[in-house]
Amino acid sequence: MEGLLPELEIIRKDFPILERQLAGGLPLVYLDSANTSQKPQVVIDTMVDHLEHHNANISRAMHQLGAESTEAFEAARDRVAAFIKAPSRDEVIFTKNATEALNLVANTFAWASGELSVGEGDEVVITEMEHHSNIVPWQLLTERTGATLRWFGLTDDGRLDLSNIDELINERTKVVSLTWVSNMLGTINPVAEIAARAHEVGAVVVVDASQAAPQLPIDVVASGADLLVFTGHKVVGPTGIGVLWGRREVLEALPPFHGGGEMIETVTMARSTYAGIPHKFEAGTPPIIEAIGLGAAVDYLDHVGLDAVHAHEQAVTGYALEGLASVPGVRVLGPLDAASRGGAISFELDGVHPHDIAQVLDSRGVAVRAGHHCAKPAHARFGVQASTRMSSYLYTTPAEIDALVEGLNYTRSYFKVG
Amino acid sequence: MDAALDSLYQEIILDHYKHPHHAGLRDPFEAEVHHVNPTCGDEVTLRVHLSEGVVDDVSYDAVGCSISQASTSVMTDLLIGKPVDEAMQIHQTFLELMQGKGQVEPDEDVLEDGIAFAGVAKFPARVKCALLSWMAFKDATSQTLSKETS
Ligand SMILES: Cc1ncc(COP(=O)(O)O)c(C=O)c1O
Repeated sequence: MEGLLPELEIIRKDFPILERQLAGGLPLVYLDSANTSQKPQVVIDTMVDHLEHHNANISRAMHQLGAESTEAFEAARDRVAAFIKAPSRDEVIFTKNATEALNLVANTFAWASGELSVGEGDEVVITEMEHHSNIVPWQLLTERTGATLRWFGLTDDGRLDLSNIDELINERTKVVSLTWVSNMLGTINPVAEIAARAHEVGAVVVVDASQAAPQLPIDVVASGADLLVFTGHKVVGPTGIGVLWGRREVLEALPPFHGGGEMIETVTMARSTYAGIPHKFEAGTPPIIEAIGLGAAVDYLDHVGLDAVHAHEQAVTGYALEGLASVPGVRVLGPLDAASRGGAISFELDGVHPHDIAQVLDSRGVAVRAGHHCAKPAHARFGVQASTRMSSYLYTTPAEIDALVEGLNYTRSYFKVG
Repeated sequence: MDAALDSLYQEIILDHYKHPHHAGLRDPFEAEVHHVNPTCGDEVTLRVHLSEGVVDDVSYDAVGCSISQASTSVMTDLLIGKPVDEAMQIHQTFLELMQGKGQVEPDEDVLEDGIAFAGVAKFPARVKCALLSWMAFKDATSQTLSKETS
């Protein structure tokens, strides 16, 4: 099959969990990577090595271990900056996950003074295909400030409906926040085009790259984003670590989010002054080991090459779309051509509820997700309450897609449909 | 692997799923509640009608998986026509079965078709599905009772 990673078998050996046998001695077929990715040995080893040999708090410890720990933590920042082609390492802020990064942004917009401040009469634009973490923080922001929340609708084939873009993004628009790749529909959105319109009216563009960072080469400047977030655990890194990147001017103009240690310049009982970026937004002891693990993770992906990962995802996704089309009663939600989508495919199977599908697949060792995937509005748009989602990654093989398709045919016979 | 699946998907469950009993929303009723399972989005709207200490009717509109749909159907069979006290006891017995991690021996005299759900208790992710409408029933009934006393 064209496009597959040439060293797929070797890559699979990098991920120890893929050797796992499940109940009944069945091999694991992991098709839930959009939920969280598996971790290569090098990430696990880097984290364990740090804990075993270098553990200390960062910045504030004056001893040798403290210096080593600080150096490793800051080196991880360098690696992440390289991964997303950030013009400056100081523009890379570590957070707990993408959710926290989005909440940081939405809250500081409420507190900002001057041009960035969002208040009454202002508008914030999102889309109907967002993950709840890129909906709820904006609902909170607009409810608290009296601003208005608006959104792009979706077309029947699961793309953004851009027909009213010039009306939707207007001189009242302060923020446009959208996902680069949908976690439910798989759609890859034209971020740069939308960002160009937003910049015409002086709005700030926030991009949720949680599903893009794992599978597309990212160049934050070329993307058109002013602020961009992603989460570590989906890019073969650990949980507990996320990233906010922002253009220096924007980050410097936003007020702090959390107050505490590390984010200050000086503190008196009456008032404090704040550190420069990135530390201004990193109050308290950060997830040190997790950041270091993330550094190793993005290094691993850079080593394989994001162009190659993307080609692999497209090949596997194309093969999966064909396989799904061969199962009677399957309806795929979202674009049907692999070229305009990422490696997450949500679908319905006539006559069987997603929970029941996932249960039968699990009994065969095939792990998928069932439910609304934290995208209830997008499900409602297509009149479905829940769906089943398979999602591949750089370690997914065509044989695993075959196992899914066989499992779905078996599910149909188990529930006696058709 | 089919044995494990079959212990979950008993014939009785699949029958109730395909042909649910007492489905639809009916009048009269004293309380209507809407419960959702936030992790998967399963939903039920459920009405309770009590008269003279008896559960006269439980009517519902539900969307969800086979387990949650069948459990709702079985529940209405069990509870309609029972004195409220007894209905609450049956509720408690079913709850204990579901939370028993597969270690509780179901009592067929009390639970009738409900014993088919014994296998569900071994699948922690599905226990919530089986309990969705039972929790809605309890909520609607206590709302009705507190209305009566106030
Ligand atoms: C598109 C998208 N945005 C945001 C998130 C939130 O990520 P996290 O839960 O790690 O903050 C996810 C993952 O679930 C996602 O798929």
